Amino acid sequence: MSEVTHIHEHAVGVSHEAHHEGHHHADHGSFLSKYVFSQDHKIIAKQFLITGIFWAVIGGFFSVVFRLQIGFPDAKFPWLETLLGEWAKGGQLQPEAYYALVTIHGTVLVFFVLTAGLSGTFSNFLIPLQIGARDMASPFLNMLSYWFFFAAGIIMLSSLFVQTGPFSGGWTAYPPLSALGDASPGSKIGMDMWMISMALFIVSSLLGGLNYIATILNMRTKGMSMTRLPLTIWAFFFTAVLGVLSFPVLLSGVILLIFDRHFGTSFYLSDIFINGQALPNEGGSAILYQHLFWFLGHPEVYIILLPAMGMVSEILSVNSRKPIFGYMAMVGSMFAIAILAFLVWAHHMFVTGLNPFLGAFFVLLTLLIAVPSAIKVFNWLTTLWKGNIRFTPAMLFAIGFVSLFISGGLTGIFLGNSALDIQLHDTYFVIAHFHIVMGVASMFGMMAGIYHWYPKMFGRYLNNGLGYIHFWITMIGAYVIFWPMHYEGLAGMPRRYYKYDIWESFKQFGTLNQIISIAAIIVFLAQFLFLANFFYSIWKGRKVTSKNPWGANTLEWTTPINPGHGNWDGEIPEAHRWAYDYGKDGQEFISQTTPVGDNESKH
Amino acid sequence: MEMVMGKSSKKMHPHKFLLWIAIGSLTMMFAGLTSAYIVKSNQAGWQPVKVPSIFYVSTVVIIASSITIWMAQKAIVERQMTKYRLLVTATAVLGLIFLITQFTGFSEMWQQKITFKESIAGSFFYVIAGLHALHVLGGITALFVLVLRMFSTRTKFYSSVPVETAGLYWHFVDILWIYLFIFFILVS
Ligand code: HEM
Ligand SMILES: [Cu+2]
Repeated sequence: MSEVTHIHEHAVGVSHEAHHEGHHHADHGSFLSKYVFSQDHKIIAKQFLITGIFWAVIGGFFSVVFRLQIGFPDAKFPWLETLLGEWAKGGQLQPEAYYALVTIHGTVLVFFVLTAGLSGTFSNFLIPLQIGARDMASPFLNMLSYWFFFAAGIIMLSSLFVQTGPFSGGWTAYPPLSALGDASPGSKIGMDMWMISMALFIVSSLLGGLNYIATILNMRTKGMSMTRLPLTIWAFFFTAVLGVLSFPVLLSGVILLIFDRHFGTSFYLSDIFINGQALPNEGGSAILYQHLFWFLGHPEVYIILLPAMGMVSEILSVNSRKPIFGYMAMVGSMFAIAILAFLVWAHHMFVTGLNPFLGAFFVLLTLLIAVPSAIKVFNWLTTLWKGNIRFTPAMLFAIGFVSLFISGGLTGIFLGNSALDIQLHDTYFVIAHFHIVMGVASMFGMMAGIYHWYPKMFGRYLNNGLGYIHFWITMIGAYVIFWPMHYEGLAGMPRRYYKYDIWESFKQFGTLNQIISIAAIIVFLAQFLFLANFFYSIWKGRKVTSKNPWGANTLEWTTPINPGHGNWDGEIPEAHRWAYDYGKDGQEFISQTTPVGDNESKH
Repeated sequence: MEMVMGKSSKKMHPHKFLLWIAIGSLTMMFAGLTSAYIVKSNQAGWQPVKVPSIFYVSTVVIIASSITIWMAQKAIVERQMTKYRLLVTATAVLGLIFLITQFTGFSEMWQQKITFKESIAGSFFYVIAGLHALHVLGGITALFVLVLRMFSTRTKFYSSVPVETAGLYWHFVDILWIYLFIFFILVS
């Protein structure tokens, strides 16, 4: 403990020097060192954001293409062939291409968009600004973290263009499809590139995570005790801890996979026939891979969700002009979620012949997650209750997040039950559940974050009108797309299938599938409103004229409108209180930098 | 912003702190691999392999190297630079000897037909110990960089933090090996 305080003093000393140097640097840096190989956490955040947006467009476009196939299995779209060539011969998506698109869609959205794009952007941007630091503990490692991500992206992107196509065995990359090059076209070089890309991505996440943790623990400004941290920072902290502890386990799984693929080991392989030929591999177990994968895979869900939860908490409080309800309960429930996240991975494996006794244990732990989740929902709703709500686009997206989290959380209770999961596993019910609770909800959290912190990022506002249109189309669209999938799943419609019209029992869903696909296209197109808004406003948006446009308490709003490298011009401000003194003693808001007055009431 | 790094080299505790977290992370990787080993060893058809006896030598060597790096840390605090240089070099050399004994052990096993194709227990063995060896190799590189820095910089460089950080890492790979070694003996 004494060592930690010791470090703290040093860190403060260091950052003072960094400040003077920082300014020096900002004035004389070349374009390359200022915008490309920048070590400024704010620039790195924007790099993560824009790269994330790029991948979101790719991943989203893929979902449109494969949804076209599901909705209109017999239609021909000549433009698809123009665009995708071989993949859509005669204007019809080929089965192999379908699997490849689904796989890359999942991989890219989970890892590149909602891990790197979300954590990478907002942990980078907000941690130093909100805890009162000049930069990260190691700006250099932070820069490396981005470039590893960039390289991972380049390799994933190139894998789309190889002759046998990208990996196509599902984003979970279960062996044997992932372990045997002969198993399918996508299992050849595409899979190797997928693995290299993921390994680089893991390194990127680890470098980022190490930095976030070290920065939060060591570099807080004077007076910023852990219990005065905004909930955003707590969320980023738990996210980073989850990542740092679970990604290495995935890496170990991937290493064994590499050996199975290329060096003839049989960790995961046993009794396999390809084209009637028995393979020599014996004694391996594919289940082993599932354990290693889901030990990351489940925490990953929370790596995606927690940052969104943190930002939503902050945005709800600021725009309700009310303190967040139950601050310590919020921190405690995030802590509980982080612990439980490591203990429930086997709920993804109820149907693998898992020992039923063990299964019951995992059911219990899984349902336990409902408790901290319910606490959070309760606290968000109570924060909103009787607030002076300002319905900014950010606020709408934050409320949308809460709505989606409730809907998706409820269906999770069905799936967490191992008996029901036998029916629901690998059906569209699962697709509906995780898209709502994790995919779309976190997207909403990310959107809320972008709309809210855009003025701090670029010194300009996004256009509000476009923001509202964007919100309503996306919100309604999300439910139209994913709600009906629950019914399809209850009826047993399996996921990852190319065509359903050969089953009598799923013919009834023909029209429904068309409606879903059309909604997906509309939602996808609506995102271009946002993109246009985003890029137009960087240069042409309405300028921010005051330091604190939202009347918020946290430290980032005490920096200059366009902060340079080093964030504050003078001394770093001191924190005198928690971040949630809204509507206290008749004052609308009291910044964290305001000392506590003599006759102030306690919160 | 290089200055943040440069200036802080006098008091590089943040880096040591980063290393502590990284150690937690690496530990999880090996925990993942060894639990995979346990899970597998409980399944039918598992054929254990014997740990080559030369790995006892490995263990002694790496423990010795932990002692030398610890003495090096003391030497630099007492400004005994020659002794310091010697001890860091000795640590690196012991590390190399460790790697050689590992390699010898592996070849011995391979000759006994414990190959990737024949034995799952053996495959685990190679991968886990091999990954550990890679980490030792990384440590050796870091130590050589330390020594070279001593020779090449004209300015006197008395900070003990780099060697403390390197030492921390070195103790980690040492303890990790002892854990793996006992693990392999017990779970065979
Ligand atoms: C416009 C929005 C989206 C639509 C219409 C959509 C649609 C779909 C559909 C229909 C599938 C199942 C395909 C099949 O099993 O045959 C799927 C799979 C998947 N999606 Fe999405 N999705 C969207 C956004 C997202 C987001 C934001 C995420 C981020 C978490 C995501 C993650 C995944 C994953 C992980 C899979 C599983 C891939 C696999 O089976 O390997 N999706 N998506
Ligand atoms: Cu899970």
